[in-house]
Amino acid sequence: MSHKNLLETEKHWLTRKGKAFLSDRVILHGKDLHQDLGDHEWMRVYLYSILEREVEENVAKLLNTFWVCTGYSDASIWPNHVTALAATVRSTPSLSLMAGMSVSEASIYGRRPEVRALDFFYRAGRHCDAGGDLIEFVEGEKAAGRTLFGYGRPLANTDERVPYMLEKAKEFGLDGGRHLKIALDVYAYLNETYGFSMNVAAIHAGLAADVGLNCQEYQLFMTPCFISGMIPCYQDARDRPEGSFFPVRCTNIVYNGPAKRKWGD
Amino acid sequence: MATEYQYHSNIWLEEPEPSNPFAAKASFCSGYDVHNEVIPNASWFEYLLLLFKGERPKNSDTALLEKLAMVLANPGPREASVRAAMNAGVAQTNHSSALMAALAVGAGQYGGAQELSICMALWQECQFDITRWQKRLLNPSDDERADIWLPMEHAPGFDPNGDATPTPILQSLELLAGLAPANGALAWLKANRQALELHVGYPLAMSGLAAAALVDLGMDEDQGSMLYLMLRLPGAAVHALEQKHVGWKNFPFYGPAIELEEDAFPESQDQKGAGE
Repeated sequence: MSHKNLLETEKHWLTRKGKAFLSDRVILHGKDLHQDLGDHEWMRVYLYSILEREVEENVAKLLNTFWVCTGYSDASIWPNHVTALAATVRSTPSLSLMAGMSVSEASIYGRRPEVRALDFFYRAGRHCDAGGDLIEFVEGEKAAGRTLFGYGRPLANTDERVPYMLEKAKEFGLDGGRHLKIALDVYAYLNETYGFSMNVAAIHAGLAADVGLNCQEYQLFMTPCFISGMIPCYQDARDRPEGSFFPVRCTNIVYNGPAKRKWGD
Repeated sequence: MATEYQYHSNIWLEEPEPSNPFAAKASFCSGYDVHNEVIPNASWFEYLLLLFKGERPKNSDTALLEKLAMVLANPGPREASVRAAMNAGVAQTNHSSALMAALAVGAGQYGGAQELSICMALWQECQFDITRWQKRLLNPSDDERADIWLPMEHAPGFDPNGDATPTPILQSLELLAGLAPANGALAWLKANRQALELHVGYPLAMSGLAAAALVDLGMDEDQGSMLYLMLRLPGAAVHALEQKHVGWKNFPFYGPAIELEEDAFPESQDQKGAGE
């Protein structure tokens, strides 16, 4: 390889994705944004921008519920907490929300568990396609020391979003897919064997697989999903006195480091 | 889960003013009185190392970190994270937006902090074993699972768009290796650079050089990644400010360079109306 690769794109970017012909028209994946997509709900345009294809209405409605059911207006939830901290020091709305959104790409909640859960169901499906046993696959992952995202012992023992999502999947006729069944079968096994609970990451990932999202499409789709919950947290802290969002007294930094010592010369 | 609303720290102790439990009278960093002793007596880089490592650093480590910080301080306006900040600056957005843009772009796997982090993890694994390095550089991840980060597309620490090793990389390697332990990562990299470059097919990059320096400073990949992100911000900041004053009329606009492939190029409604 060499810098010669760069010469081709130094002044020219050939693309199929889109272009703004300012004062004329705007193209997104071959469609005119205003003429062809102008009457779409924003969610449908968002999915179109990710997938480069239109999805059926029931799929869009199902995916819409992913966002609806994860936007919790509770400032104890970490991304919301970050947003509220930004508000209590009077940062701007965009900075506050982007800070909250960026920390949603976390490992113990949010994007990484979602991506890993989706990947887990795809790999489980391939394992079964090759004649393997689902439980054997689950045990193999556990034996390799891998977290089974979507299962285990989260902050609460039950997840109120699970029955909601199962109901919605049924309502939209999308509750019969293979990967959702894998998600539920894995839960049945882990619950009976280890007492594990299941959270919505497993259900969402199973459904995402059934509607054909790949891991990065899913990551892109879920990126803004907490934002409707962040906004009220921002507003709440913004409307209270500066610095009043859960202030921390000096003695609530519990110090366990080295004893006091002299810097010396 | 903790419901005492207490934060735990091995780094920082605060003693309150008698009149206000929310105001610190004195702060101690790993046991050292920050305002009475550290700030008056230590250099910025001694303090930085104290914060990261929890111990007062050796003079040689402070000297190495300071020179590394200078090497990294300004990647220059062509580099992606600085360009991101300049895009923010020219639009006169918030200063933090410029730095957030620089951090997000500078976090990446091509020249960014994630590449450096992978490189530092490889140092833990490969140490001074060139055969192992050669194997792992071409296959840096053995985890088949998908992740929020995409798979690496090149040997971490090297530049797939490079030809010969750039002069500043060689100058910096020479300088930093001279400040680092003779049996450390930088010295080993200096001795084995050409063999590794020959093996991967392209030259050492700044991320690979910085990774070795941070290994010599005793940092793990998380600490190294944070420092690398921080230390490259000065350039992003000043170039963002500069572009604010230069103005958008003198800033590149890539519109004419972007071409839609012909079959992804529907004509406007007005234009196609006549033929239908």
